[in-house]
Amino acid sequence: MNPREEKVKIITEEFIENDEDANVGKRKKNSKVQRQLRKKQPPTTGPDKMVSEESHPGNQQEPAQDEPQTRLLSVTARRGPCSLPPIPSASRTGFAEFSMRERMREKLQAARSKAESALLQEIPTPRPRRLRSPPVKELETEFGTESGKEVGSTQQEDDFQSYSRVKFHVSARKIKSKPQVPPGFPSAEEAYNFFTFTFDPEPEEAGEKLKHQDGTDQEEEEGEEEPPAQEGANRMDEEELLHGKDAEDFLLGLDHTADEFLAVRRADYESAHVRLQREKEMLFIPSRLTVPTYKKLPENVQPRFLEDEGLYIGERPEVARTNQNIMENRLLMQEPVRWFGDDGRILALPNPIKPFPSRPPVLTQEQSIKAELETLYKKAVNYVHRSQHMIGSGDPSGNFQLDIDISGLIFTHHPCFSREHVLAAKLAQLYDQYLARHQRNKAKFLTDKLQALRNAVQTGLNPEKPHQSLDMIQKTINEYKSEIRQTRKLRDAEQERDRTLLKTIIKVWKEMKSLREFQRFTNTPLKLVLRKEKVDQKADEEAYEAEIQAEISELLEEHTEEYEQKMEEYRTSYQQWKAWKKAQRAKKKKKKQATEEHPEEETEEPYAEEDPVKPTPPEPTDRAVIEQQVRERAARSRRRPGEPTLLPELSLAGSVTPNDQCPRAEVWRREDVKRRSVHLKVLFNNKQVCRTASRQLGTDFRVHFGQIFNLQIFNWPESLTLQIYETVGHSSSILLAEVFLPIPETTVVTGRAPIEEVEFSSNQHATLDHEGVGSGVPFSFEADGSNQLILMTSGKVSHSVAWAIGENGIPLIPPLSQQNIGFRSALKRADAISSIGTSGVTDMKKLAKWAAESKLDPNDPNNAPLMQLISVATSGESYVPDFFRLEQLQQEFNFVSEEELNRSKRFRLLHLRSQHVPEFRNYKQIPVYDREIMEKVFQDYEKRLQDRNVIETKDHIDTHRAVVAKYLQQVRESVINRFLIAKQHFLLADLVVEEEVPNISILGLNLFKLAEQKRPLRPRRKGRKKVTAQNLSDGDIKLLVNIIRAYDLPVRKPTASKSQQPSRSSRTFREKHAASPDTRSPTHSADYPLGQVLVRPFVEVSFQRTICHTTTAEGPNPSWNEELELPFRAPNGDYSTASLQSVKDVVFINIFDEVLYDVLEDDRERGNGIHTRIERHWLGCVKIPFSTIYFQARIDGTFKIDTPPVLLGYSKEQNMIIERDFDSVRSLSEGSYITLFITIEPQLVPGESVREKFDSQEDEKLLQATEKFQAECALKFPKRQCLTTVIDISGKTVFITRYLKPLNPPQELLNVYPNNPQATAELVARYVSLIPFLPDTVSFAGLCDLWSTSDQFLDLLAGDEEEHAVLLCNYFLFLGKKAWLVMGNAIPEGPTAYVVTWEKSHYLIWNPCSGHFYGQFDTFCPLKNVGCLIGPDNIWFNIQQYDSPLRINFDITKPKLWKSFFSRSLPYPGLSSVQPEELIYQHTDKAVAAELQDSRIEKILKEKIMDWRPRHLTRWNRYCTSTLRHFLPLLESSQGEDVEDDHRAELLKQLGDYRFSGFPLHMPYSEMKPLIDAVYSTGVHNIDVPNVEFALAVYIHPYPKNVLSVWIYVASLIRNR
Amino acid sequence: MAAGGPSVFLLMVNGQVESAQFPEFDNLYCKYCFVYGQDWAPTAGLEEGISQITSKSRDACQALVWNFPIDITFKSTNPFGWPQIVLSVYGPDVFGNDVVRGYGAVHVPFSPGRHKRTIPMFVPESTSKLQKFTSWFMGRRPEYTDPKVVAQGEGREVTRVRSQGFVTLLFNVVTKDMRKLGYSSWPADTQSNPGPSLPQGTPG
Repeated sequence: MNPREEKVKIITEEFIENDEDANVGKRKKNSKVQRQLRKKQPPTTGPDKMVSEESHPGNQQEPAQDEPQTRLLSVTARRGPCSLPPIPSASRTGFAEFSMRERMREKLQAARSKAESALLQEIPTPRPRRLRSPPVKELETEFGTESGKEVGSTQQEDDFQSYSRVKFHVSARKIKSKPQVPPGFPSAEEAYNFFTFTFDPEPEEAGEKLKHQDGTDQEEEEGEEEPPAQEGANRMDEEELLHGKDAEDFLLGLDHTADEFLAVRRADYESAHVRLQREKEMLFIPSRLTVPTYKKLPENVQPRFLEDEGLYIGERPEVARTNQNIMENRLLMQEPVRWFGDDGRILALPNPIKPFPSRPPVLTQEQSIKAELETLYKKAVNYVHRSQHMIGSGDPSGNFQLDIDISGLIFTHHPCFSREHVLAAKLAQLYDQYLARHQRNKAKFLTDKLQALRNAVQTGLNPEKPHQSLDMIQKTINEYKSEIRQTRKLRDAEQERDRTLLKTIIKVWKEMKSLREFQRFTNTPLKLVLRKEKVDQKADEEAYEAEIQAEISELLEEHTEEYEQKMEEYRTSYQQWKAWKKAQRAKKKKKKQATEEHPEEETEEPYAEEDPVKPTPPEPTDRAVIEQQVRERAARSRRRPGEPTLLPELSLAGSVTPNDQCPRAEVWRREDVKRRSVHLKVLFNNKQVCRTASRQLGTDFRVHFGQIFNLQIFNWPESLTLQIYETVGHSSSILLAEVFLPIPETTVVTGRAPIEEVEFSSNQHATLDHEGVGSGVPFSFEADGSNQLILMTSGKVSHSVAWAIGENGIPLIPPLSQQNIGFRSALKRADAISSIGTSGVTDMKKLAKWAAESKLDPNDPNNAPLMQLISVATSGESYVPDFFRLEQLQQEFNFVSEEELNRSKRFRLLHLRSQHVPEFRNYKQIPVYDREIMEKVFQDYEKRLQDRNVIETKDHIDTHRAVVAKYLQQVRESVINRFLIAKQHFLLADLVVEEEVPNISILGLNLFKLAEQKRPLRPRRKGRKKVTAQNLSDGDIKLLVNIIRAYDLPVRKPTASKSQQPSRSSRTFREKHAASPDTRSPTHSADYPLGQVLVRPFVEVSFQRTICHTTTAEGPNPSWNEELELPFRAPNGDYSTASLQSVKDVVFINIFDEVLYDVLEDDRERGNGIHTRIERHWLGCVKIPFSTIYFQARIDGTFKIDTPPVLLGYSKEQNMIIERDFDSVRSLSEGSYITLFITIEPQLVPGESVREKFDSQEDEKLLQATEKFQAECALKFPKRQCLTTVIDISGKTVFITRYLKPLNPPQELLNVYPNNPQATAELVARYVSLIPFLPDTVSFAGLCDLWSTSDQFLDLLAGDEEEHAVLLCNYFLFLGKKAWLVMGNAIPEGPTAYVVTWEKSHYLIWNPCSGHFYGQFDTFCPLKNVGCLIGPDNIWFNIQQYDSPLRINFDITKPKLWKSFFSRSLPYPGLSSVQPEELIYQHTDKAVAAELQDSRIEKILKEKIMDWRPRHLTRWNRYCTSTLRHFLPLLESSQGEDVEDDHRAELLKQLGDYRFSGFPLHMPYSEMKPLIDAVYSTGVHNIDVPNVEFALAVYIHPYPKNVLSVWIYVASLIRNR
Repeated sequence: MAAGGPSVFLLMVNGQVESAQFPEFDNLYCKYCFVYGQDWAPTAGLEEGISQITSKSRDACQALVWNFPIDITFKSTNPFGWPQIVLSVYGPDVFGNDVVRGYGAVHVPFSPGRHKRTIPMFVPESTSKLQKFTSWFMGRRPEYTDPKVVAQGEGREVTRVRSQGFVTLLFNVVTKDMRKLGYSSWPADTQSNPGPSLPQGTPG
């Protein structure tokens, strides 16, 4: 650390040691503590301690000196940390040294005792310090940074204080008694130290430090000496201040008082007045008063108000006057001038805040909303991209041409000019001047004019026109005369100038000649020849004389006039003078009298008034004098009579001295000139467009370029600049000068433009070491260096600029309109109102008026475009482009042409990817080069694009469906695109995970949970954590299928008599063995004599071609309770919500019966082995789309198994009969059921519905009412579905009741059962269910449920529950039933739509997709809860306690149970329906259906089955097939009922030898794929018995409107042996 | 690749998450990961890392020093989607719950050489005062669903964040073949000769 601090530490340590010497015993304890203290403290405490140790004792010892001392100390201490010299002792004189030494000695003693006392008191307590005077306080604050440490020490100090007080007396005594080290004899070292200290304290300190480290014996003494020395020095300073020379005595006296520790002195007090005084020196309170302007400005400067001068100054920001004054005063205290502007105010930038909002006000949603929201239909227009440059685009041809001809360059001065060149240039210049003057010949013109005027005067004086008044004549003559005078003067001046020019030419030529002679060589070929023209001397003289005479007479005349005038003046003034004189005389007389009386006053006022000078009479003009003057002037300015006229002629005929005859300096110069070359650059709008070739500088300093540049331009040029560059040797070129060329008038076209010369000059400084005179440096022609000249490089460029002429002779000039504003920057123009298409602002006058009224500052640069617009507009030549440019700078950024960009495969790939085209959305690592991109990458995409337009009939069997599929595809795409856009709208929850604020109930539950049992007996299902889809990958998602149990599966039927006794080998396994374990299965039937198991079912789940199956259970009501796990793969590995939503895969749950066949050929082996063959017979299936699972998160319930209408070999009759008696509920439903639980692990968050508000054509009031209604319903029963508006296929919101309207079903359906309404209803329902099902969520990912009208639905032949339900409901309404749409939840569909009808006494619930109907109290009804009912004219929301159809009342007339939308307060407005008036059905072409049936579906399915059996031969039994084919139409006509027995009988009859297993499948026809899937899922093809045969028959029953009912009969046959 | 030179360029980044300035927090650790475009693929090194817990230094600057190394090499065909490093800093709150202390992201420097980056860190704000209190009380502060969202702009408009502190990162960046593929990431004056123009594939 710093030495000073260290030293202080050492001092204190030494003090301690001293003390130990002095009082060994008692002090020891103290000092030990002391040491500890020291050790603890880091050395940084130095200065502080020093102060406290030294100043405090001083307080007590030297009351008189205390304050100044401490202050001084504070000063030194302040200095301490940064600069070491503690004592300003350098200036000390010898005397001071001497006296100081003595003082030091005494100080030493004093310090010792002081040190002891300091020890006693130890470090002073904080209290006395607080009492110290302000300067000491200041010192404290000085070290405030170390307060922490100080606190640490003071704590200890407090402990010491009491202790030291006790010890006080003892120590005091001891100090007195103990003799000090004799002070009078300093050792040599001490002395040395002393001296060194005095002269240079620092090295000494350093040395000292070293010594301390050595730890020698001297250490102690040195250390002891040091501090007093310092202190003494400190004190001395102040002593000198305070007491001067007698300080010594005072100090001596102090020694004695030093022992008086208890000296009391009064607390320092500074009176408030003094302090205020002092503060005034330091502090400054700015006044609030206005500062007079003169203070703020530099002296003798008047304030200048720029605004008054018409300059623009912005509006200053608002500042309170007082604040401004304060600031001004403050600034004035510092440096006044810089801060104030010319007007004496503080400089300020204009206020940047606009007074008006820049965003247009949002219109409040008042009643006028409809008008504002009303949309206007405008036909979409293709955007045609204009890549033309901004200005050119408005005009047909954007190419204009400017021809710039640069012919040459002449230097009028150049650094390489020799003196001769300088003269030559001068001469040339003068000659040029002469030529110019000569051409104009002004002198002659003036002479002629003079002559004419004189003649006029002559004629005027001899009046020949008497009718003119004399006055007039006089007046004109006077005018003439004055004109003559003027002209004469002018002529004289001209003549004189001519003459002097001639003279200078001659003079320069002479100089040049002498220079040539002097230097003995010639550099320039210039030669001046003076041609003399002889004149007729006599005539000349006469003319001369006449001229002079005329002039003289004129002058005389003038002079006499003047004289007379002056005389007049003289007279009047003389009169005045005389009068004054008289008065004066009278006064004098009076005065004389007065002076006699008061002689002394005379001198007091000698002449109070200034006496007018006596006017002198003007002298009459003397003719001789005038003549003299005239002649002199004539001699000066005019050719003397008879003197020949000199005509100078400059020629370049002279010869230049060749190099070898020149001196070396000149040769160098010439060589230098040769090395130089010059070129020009042409800058158009500050951009370099071309440059000339580099030409060598000729010896005559002329450069010939002769180049013409054709500039193709778009814009009106703003500037044309030539830059002149000079290159010396091979070094880089230097810009000599810039020349601005004027832009030619539009009339100037090529060929007509004259060559013009533009002068330029450079500020280049060049000094050369040869004869060249340089540039910008003084030189002289004289030998003595007088008459210095400084010439700058300068010259002339000859050029011409003109507009080019196009091929057809039209000049290529930008139109005038452009020109008007073309002078401003093109960019600025783009910003101006004009280019944003002010065609809207049509009324310019209004605009101008507004501008005037709003007091726009015309000087404000911000308003410039507006002002310009106004000025242009009001001046009449308004040019307002009628276009608005969005991408005005597009072309500037196009670095390749568009075609080239499009050609690039890489760019195309990047572009498609960024457009989220599905094929490329996840394309990774697009190659760098085009050549690495395979063409086939695009093939799929291109194919798809083509497909969009071409209807492909390959996949689709009939064209109609192909069209529909295409249409659906397109709708889907557009909706997906819309969805993708909507997906960009994130919610906070999408991004930030935040805990919900727990409400009281949750908190309570949580508290309750604490007391909960760890493992409750009845555990509750806990919610799983939902996973957002995006961070998933393949294999993360599993589909869990829990197969619990099934009811009422069909059981095997004992085969009829013929096959009842089959060969042994074909007997079923169970028939022989094992009794049935299933106790539930009734075995009392006579058909099961051996107690054979009725059925051994197992469940196979297939999903995405993964198959899992359960173990085999037994009996018709099996219980598996197994969990199957199936992996899920998202398409393309894209696990985004959108992608998951559009997964179309279906989970197939197939129930099979496992049949074991004993294949043992030999009974003898029965004991040794079991040879069985397992066959599986399909019993039925349940299909659940993945999308349903995805949206439902879990599917839990009992489902009806979709069993084929005819299941050969199986029946459920037997047990049914019995059970029906007991179980009335079950009797209602026929069929088998399975209980399932399906979920996805982990749980996925289903996508949110599109948060998009669609526009609507509904009445705004109605829409508001719907919102209100929905909000109210959601408040009461948030889970119940309430639907009021839906979105139609064009994306518009439509009120839901508009969909319901009686619509006619196909007439042929009505004709079937004309008298049986129930049967008709069923038939209609069947017809509706035959229309293929296509969920919206699949086709329109993102849950935006689109409702199509019934005709659209029938045209599309695809739709989901809503469409089916609407159509069915409409048919029922047509049939005269009371029917409603039911919105609710069903299994497995989730939220869905059903139809409820009122049938006389009970309600029926229709599933529109399957065509089944259920009674209200059917437990197996898939509809599980009811949200609302929708009729053609109203909506009723279920406000009953329960929502299960079993438990609710469907009586909508009760307002307590059903909340209706339209009520008395809001009556039904009679909304028109969106449905068509009538549905028109076309008959389906039966031939097409037949063709489809035979050649297509059947063929394809057969091929497929063969494909599925790749390792086996697939034989087709034709006989069987034809039998089946005959049978299928029967099934259709009976709708799969009551045909089984007949069928079986027939089959048996025909196929007696075969064991037959097969079943008909029935489904609506949409595409091929579902058919194939259905056949596949039955697993018929899985039989691998070698002699198996297959039969497959397809029947298509056409219904109107292309609704096709497809029957597929698939069977396997095994020949019985 | 045989004839036409390289088909990818490489970007090698190493460096370290040097230190952090979180004036109010202590005992923090940080996690980093990289976010890059579709044309990028890491070829070597670690894409993600989680650092040790560090305590404040005792000196006045109170820096939290991790000196946690980063070392990764990317290959790419396209500068679009240039890698960004996403940092998230976590630490215990007063109740000892591990909460997030800041998110931040910065692009890996484009030009080769040594670069020091100081990135400001921020956390999402609670949606209400009450939520703020409960989140503080429960130690479940709002967090981003995925720290990588801080490297993209999509959806950020719905969030409100608060500044927390700064993290200083040091990158040493080496690139290979960028010049050959027509990209130059150097300042213009150090280029002695201009690189080849944008590669244009030869047709066919």
